[in-house]
Amino acid sequence: MNQPFKPAISATGSLRRRLIVQLLVIAALLSVVLYVSVSTFARQAAETTQDNILEASAAAISEAARAERDQVFLDIPYSALSMLGAVSEERVFYRVMVDGVTITGYADLPAPEVPPKLRRPSFETTVFRGDEVRVVATVRRITVADETVRLTVLVAQTRAGLAAISLRISIAAAAVGIGFFLVSGTLSWFAARNALRPLDLLAQSVARRGAHDLRPVRSDAPSELVPLLVALNSFMDRLRASLMRTEEFIAEAAHRVRTPLATVRAQAEIALRSVKQPHNRQTMREVIRAVDESSRSAGQLLDHAMVTFRSDNLARTEFDLEELARDTIRGIGPTADLKDIAIRFSAEAGLGKVKGDAILVQSALRNLLDNAVKYSPEESTIEVAIARKGRTARVSVRDQGRGFGDGDVERLKGRFDRGTNVADVVGSGLGLTIVDEVARAHGGSLDLASNERGNGACVFLTLPLA
Amino acid sequence: MRLPYLAACLTGLLVLAAGPAAAFQIEEERNFPVADATATLEIISTGDLAIFAPLVEAFQARNPGIAVHYITASSTALMTALYEERAVFDIAMSSAMDLQTKLANDGYALTYTSATTATLPEWARWRDQVFAFTQEPAVAVVSKKAFEGLPMPGNRNELIALLRENPERFEERVGTYDVRSSGLGYLFATQDSRQSESFWRLSEVMGRLRARLYCCSGQMIGDVASGRLAVAYNVIGSYVKFNGNDDTWIVPFKDYTNIMLRTVMIPRTTRQPDLAGRFVDFLTAPENRPAISNLSGLPPIDPETLEVEAALRPIRLGPGLLVFLDQMKRRTFLRAWLSAMVQP
Ligand SMILES: Nc1ncnc2c1ncn2[C@@H]1O[C@H](COP(=O)(O)OP(=O)(O)OP(=O)(O)O)[C@@H](O)[C@H]1O
Ligand SMILES: [Mg+2]
Repeated sequence: MNQPFKPAISATGSLRRRLIVQLLVIAALLSVVLYVSVSTFARQAAETTQDNILEASAAAISEAARAERDQVFLDIPYSALSMLGAVSEERVFYRVMVDGVTITGYADLPAPEVPPKLRRPSFETTVFRGDEVRVVATVRRITVADETVRLTVLVAQTRAGLAAISLRISIAAAAVGIGFFLVSGTLSWFAARNALRPLDLLAQSVARRGAHDLRPVRSDAPSELVPLLVALNSFMDRLRASLMRTEEFIAEAAHRVRTPLATVRAQAEIALRSVKQPHNRQTMREVIRAVDESSRSAGQLLDHAMVTFRSDNLARTEFDLEELARDTIRGIGPTADLKDIAIRFSAEAGLGKVKGDAILVQSALRNLLDNAVKYSPEESTIEVAIARKGRTARVSVRDQGRGFGDGDVERLKGRFDRGTNVADVVGSGLGLTIVDEVARAHGGSLDLASNERGNGACVFLTLPLA
Repeated sequence: MRLPYLAACLTGLLVLAAGPAAAFQIEEERNFPVADATATLEIISTGDLAIFAPLVEAFQARNPGIAVHYITASSTALMTALYEERAVFDIAMSSAMDLQTKLANDGYALTYTSATTATLPEWARWRDQVFAFTQEPAVAVVSKKAFEGLPMPGNRNELIALLRENPERFEERVGTYDVRSSGLGYLFATQDSRQSESFWRLSEVMGRLRARLYCCSGQMIGDVASGRLAVAYNVIGSYVKFNGNDDTWIVPFKDYTNIMLRTVMIPRTTRQPDLAGRFVDFLTAPENRPAISNLSGLPPIDPETLEVEAALRPIRLGPGLLVFLDQMKRRTFLRAWLSAMVQP
């Protein structure tokens, strides 16, 4: 019962991780979308700007053309090309054609594949003289010597600066995307933690419970957890009922065994007196001893059942520990006297009260004293002291008996576990179990040690003060 | 600039047909040898050796072990060498901003960036390929004697009025570039036409006075000094100081003054871009400016003066310069110029 509860359950993934991963995937997707849209938008904006300037330049050249005698005559305005140099230091190329025949400019400048229409220029990005260029083509009709010809103007500009701007914007967009991802990643971590907090709290409140605490869970829970809570509570209800039935059964059984056992013991005593033969007397003594053991077992079982039952719904009344100890010592007095054992008692003044179930505490004290008397030699002394330790009261019981020996002392708190040094002392192995459970029910502890003043055992029962 | 434009073109083409070795027309050529030369810097330039030799020597003093081979050519020959013949040079220096711009625009220049070039003002570099290292104003130079009794003109309108009102005094005594043959003259004239309408009126007046046409600034300045010319219009001002003369006077035009930027670039054909970069740094470094202008007499890049004097307008490097190189545009411009200048 002292072992921590080891679940026979292996976790299949973690809700938090699943939540975080999904949120991160969403954040990553959004970041990518952000990056792509910002950089495309920026690129398009830059491209549109360049296209607009190119178109204005081509239009200026185109408008400067006029018919003179039987020829198309073109006087390129200074601004047509200088405007292209206003914003960036790009290379500039142009070409002017009349019905497909170049009349001036760079004759090898390629025209866009899609031919321009009237008032609808066409654009294209190609490579010219080793650089990527943006080309615009405009077309216009001019009447020369009663004949209408098509004047096509191509203006091209390199895109190195534009590419640099695009790159800068892309880098900025990437930085924004990564930043967005990091921020939303952090936020989703918090979100996942927050969303799962009620679950954690519930798990903690269930895990924190004592081994015997089968009270229904009363904490507030989000609606998703309510069915689980309801199921858990009803399950615990059933468990508690079944436990209670078991304890009741044990108590009932013990009680029913004790009474006839008392009768058997009385009869055996009477018989022992009338039996003369040593062999038969020995047998009778063993019968009596067996009855004693059974009766002790039944009594301790009964006590244990009572402890289990009462600690389930622990009473929380304040009582005077010192008085209770005196009472208990008084109760054990006759048994101690039989072995000429003196019990010395001392208590720190102004100790204050303990909150809890006095009956249980008394049962614990009785078991401790019982052990001390049982495992002490005749004409020895038992010291009982109550001292304040911080916010707790500590009862110590020291005897001059055989002590706990070298074995695993903690084991002695187990059910029906008895030491190897008990010899012929009657006992059931439930005494320390009862004390331990009472201590735990009150939020205290039971510590077994050796009597630091010579031989014997020293047992501490620590209970929190009110 | 020193050679007629057309002639240079023709020669270029003819020699190109003859053979690949140095088909373009070389005007001057000099080796600047050093002992234990580790490398030879090949320079093609429109600048006279008289002006540039001290600069080359200063560069060599700072960069030991570098021999220099310096070739002078007209701006058109320089263009032919690099554009058509793809001749191997490490440095190309030219006063023809438009042709330098075209070389860079069409992909014949190497990009070069350094801490030094970064100190150049925006307007003094283009694409990190063309770097300006002088700013030379186009001015009118007059003979004070010829203007005796007349007020000195302060702007082009005043000059036009003076010329128009005193035809007997200025007949055949006005000089300017023959823009048909001079690349620099063409650059100045086209920039003038862009700046103000007055250019065409001035051309008309000069045409009526049967203006003399020149190939180069030096000759015009010489003729003003000797009294043959009363006015030389669109002359490189820095050359005047160079020739220094009591009677010669530069008109400080208050309407505007075009400023030619002499530029340097690294041709794509270079085989030693690092060395070439060192020469570019040498020319453009702010700390070298006083020394360079002292040695060559060329005015250095000086943003402060430009800021103070609003009339000074550096010709803008950039695609705008390509406009006047357009074949049709050039034909049109020359036709207009000719009809104004050469009147029956
Ligand atoms: N004061 C003591 N001195 C020496 N040994 C002790 C003392 N108290 C307990 N023990 C050891 O611890 C064992 C467990 O004690 P516990 O009280 O649970 O059982 P018990 O005394 O044998 O039986 P009972 O249930 O009748 O009390 C004992 O068998 C004994 O070996
Ligand atoms: Mg006992």
